[in-house]
Amino acid sequence: MNLKVISHTGDYVLLMLKVFTRPQKGKIFWQRLMDEIQGLGIESIGIVAFISAFMGAVVAIQTAYNIDNPFIPLTMVGWTTRQSVILEFSPTIISLILAGKVGSRIASEIGTMRVTEQIDALEIMGVNSANYLIFPKVVASLLINPVLIILSMWMGILGGWLAMVASSLASTTDYVNGIRIDFQVYIVFYAIVKTLFFAFIISTVSGFYGYETRGGALEVGQASTKAVVVSSIIIILFNLILTQLLLT
Amino acid sequence: MIEAKDVNKYFGDHHVLKNITCSFEKGKTNLIIGQSGSGKTVLMKCLVGLYEVDKGTIFYNDRNFSQMNFEQRKSLRQEIGMLFQGGALFDYMSVEENVMFPLSMFTRQTNDEKKARVNFVLERVNLENVNHLMPSELSGGMRKRVAIARAISMQPKYLFCDEPNSGLDPQTAGVIDKLIKEITVEYDITTIVNTHDMNSVLSIGDTVAFIFNGELWWRGNKDTILHTSNKELNEFVFGTELTSRLKQ
Repeated sequence: MNLKVISHTGDYVLLMLKVFTRPQKGKIFWQRLMDEIQGLGIESIGIVAFISAFMGAVVAIQTAYNIDNPFIPLTMVGWTTRQSVILEFSPTIISLILAGKVGSRIASEIGTMRVTEQIDALEIMGVNSANYLIFPKVVASLLINPVLIILSMWMGILGGWLAMVASSLASTTDYVNGIRIDFQVYIVFYAIVKTLFFAFIISTVSGFYGYETRGGALEVGQASTKAVVVSSIIIILFNLILTQLLLT
Repeated sequence: MIEAKDVNKYFGDHHVLKNITCSFEKGKTNLIIGQSGSGKTVLMKCLVGLYEVDKGTIFYNDRNFSQMNFEQRKSLRQEIGMLFQGGALFDYMSVEENVMFPLSMFTRQTNDEKKARVNFVLERVNLENVNHLMPSELSGGMRKRVAIARAISMQPKYLFCDEPNSGLDPQTAGVIDKLIKEITVEYDITTIVNTHDMNSVLSIGDTVAFIFNGELWWRGNKDTILHTSNKELNEFVFGTELTSRLKQ
């Protein structure tokens, strides 16, 4: 088991050395990058916005219901929603969801190209297939994931406010004042740093499992599952490490 | 001309290619035949560098391919075209984009020049008005022809075809064989075809190499293959009901 982990880590590092080289043709890299931003980012906006709004609403409602002490002001609902969403929910939970959505897409796309010899075709032409296929996905994820996470923060806080308005558990004034209490820009910076790490993990780990696929359709499915599971585990581990490093 | 000298390949303990020494001539269709699992695909992948040989050398017109570095191989590969078993067309590109890809990647041609070249090679393989179709919209024979068009778009000096007739009906297979033969003569290139289709052997086999259990078992051509006394080759050639009846 340990040997397998070490072997996989070695293979991953070797692949990354091939990935992080100068693209052979700038124009083609640019086209690929735009396609990946569309495929990995723009197409994820809907699911990110939907989940964020509802999770923000749930956090706000649960906080409001749990405030049964009259000495605790209702502004705490806004404050708690803001802190939960920015510190943890948007960067970590949304990254885990993206690991599922985007990670499986990357692994299955590259894995299918492997088993149908499309990667061999690239190699025969003299193209660095690892760089051509994975590098634009990594750059696209690093560019678009922070945008998605900021959108998620907005939607989460908005969802919380809509829930308060709809349920009358807290007034708009209380909620908005809560959001503004003791706001530090650093927590957004912390969330963005985490997001960048997670984006790198999702795109490279999924790219690795896709690229290393051998066999047929069954193996593509297995690679896709492994990519999501391993990315999620590494995200959870790095979440702890980064939180320790950045918030203490 | 391509020469393999004393080529050996292992997968773990399995000795797949055993001391293969063979030359493939320019302007001729050189066929490698053998049963499934005999090592012919491995030999072809060694010749193009998709697998590294464990022992032995490969020469492209006296250029030692085995000793070339990455850049030298990249440069040589622009002289190589390859037709894969399933075509290996890029799923996310149209026919035109597939054929244009090597030109976009490795030449400084203008868009008009590239389009003219694409139309020329598509016409050469008897395909017209398919530029904007996606690979999934093509029949098996059309996919093969587009793959041939992509393989010859850079005017290669060496053409490799891995099982060009697999999955095709006899008539379409004949069309593909004829096309490969015509292109070989017309462009005076070195063509190597991997096949176990006896129709191909008898119609285009200028030279034939029979691989048996990883060894070069017999060498000849389409005229001598039916009159050999080699037991294993006879079993291969007359292994089907049709060919054994014809022999009788």
